[in-house]
Amino acid sequence: MTFNGYQRPDGRVGSRNLVGVIPTVVCANDVAQAVVRQVQGCAGFYHHQGCCQLPPDLDRVTETLISLGKSPNLGAVLLVSLGCEGTDTDRLYREIQSTGKPVEIIRIQELGGTSKAISAGTDAAQKLALEISGRQRVPCELSEVVMAIKCGGSDATSGMASNCVIGYVADKMADLGATVVFGETTEFIGAEHILAKRAIDENVAEDIFRIVREMEHRAESLGCDMRKGQPTPGNIAGGLSTIEEKSLGAIMKSGTRPIRGVLAYPESATGRKGLWIKDSPGREPEILTGMAATGAQCMLFSTGRGAPQGFPSMPVIKICGNPHTYERMANDMDINAGTVILGQKSVRDVGEEVFALMLEVLNGRQTKNEALGYFGSIDIHTLGPVI
Amino acid sequence: MEECFALQVHPSDNVATVFASPEKGSRVRVDDSTGTSHGMQVEDDIPYGHKIALKEIAQGESIFKYGEVIGQATKLISPGQHVHVHNVVSLRGRGDLAPAITEEDAHDI
Repeated sequence: MTFNGYQRPDGRVGSRNLVGVIPTVVCANDVAQAVVRQVQGCAGFYHHQGCCQLPPDLDRVTETLISLGKSPNLGAVLLVSLGCEGTDTDRLYREIQSTGKPVEIIRIQELGGTSKAISAGTDAAQKLALEISGRQRVPCELSEVVMAIKCGGSDATSGMASNCVIGYVADKMADLGATVVFGETTEFIGAEHILAKRAIDENVAEDIFRIVREMEHRAESLGCDMRKGQPTPGNIAGGLSTIEEKSLGAIMKSGTRPIRGVLAYPESATGRKGLWIKDSPGREPEILTGMAATGAQCMLFSTGRGAPQGFPSMPVIKICGNPHTYERMANDMDINAGTVILGQKSVRDVGEEVFALMLEVLNGRQTKNEALGYFGSIDIHTLGPVI
Repeated sequence: MEECFALQVHPSDNVATVFASPEKGSRVRVDDSTGTSHGMQVEDDIPYGHKIALKEIAQGESIFKYGEVIGQATKLISPGQHVHVHNVVSLRGRGDLAPAITEEDAHDI
């Protein structure tokens, strides 16, 4: 089975052809924003990291930005550096360039300030946009796709409808030889024993228990009940009483296939097939960045309360399990899985609808949040304090 | 058959999820995983998507959904009552119950 995508020099295939404008540190965001506003075809990644953090976090930010820059939905990359940050900008430039895609870097302090950097950045981004703008889509194997999955703004319908629908598509994509990645380690708490049974071996099972233990440990570190943080007030209003209940519903989206391994947050899934876990938190800005860094060309995103946001370079398909939310927020929701709750359609029927839409989206059709440009808030998940 | 319906996901569950907003004193149809249904009296106002107790649940007893433990009852819950944060606690992510973090643990965080 094939879709029409962009063939990249490193052999990966993209569903979008964008110039990624990547600030290497939070302090470069305003210049990056000005460039993205001016030049058509750019995706801006305005995160809040890259300085005054402990070395493991600075490495994590550098590595995440490398994986993001290498992701196949970006045809070219402009790095926007301030000049005194903690991220390794030389390594970022070198490693992204190793994919064979065009990369440029501007440094605000070296160029003599904001207006000069905006001018240089605009020229550089325009040149990159022109260079990649003529690229044509070609037939690509669906097995080259990395499909990310996530749930957000969950309620009681998520675990009984929309996540089950995504689980159906996850199984189908794994069987077609593609890569499927799910995460939200926080939402394994109370359900990790079920996931561990699906691990391909004991090492992977132990990895699953380890990442949950580490995440739960971080959650407990402030000495309080995590309820309100997870589940969120919206989850609770939607009927989810505990993290265990939320988790048991959340893992439905991973389907039933064996779990082949655990990826660290900055890691790419390139070359890995089947179902994988990305160790990541549940909050949207951080997990969406982590999934784009995985190399995902698209994401299936389940919701019940109505989570509208997407990601600058990765189309995000919203699948709504709550029929009332779908009715209220139809302009944000791509698929109505509330029909499963109402007994009007089966999980398989809606799963096939999602699969068909996903193929169209991989071919270039916009998702609702892409058409609305609702993808401004992104971030990188770090572990230690800002110091 | 009652218009309001609830889904019991697993045979061992002691709660069902209500996909309607029934008022106290009304009736709800409970569909179980085997395809059979029964009616029951609703003892609290229950918001959409929230859980109803299918049987008596003692204080300290586990709440089961999906055939798995989702928490523990903090008080006696009668059949037909609303089961939620006012009478269920989580057993996980409970930093309030955890022993103080040691210096050794802190390295893992």
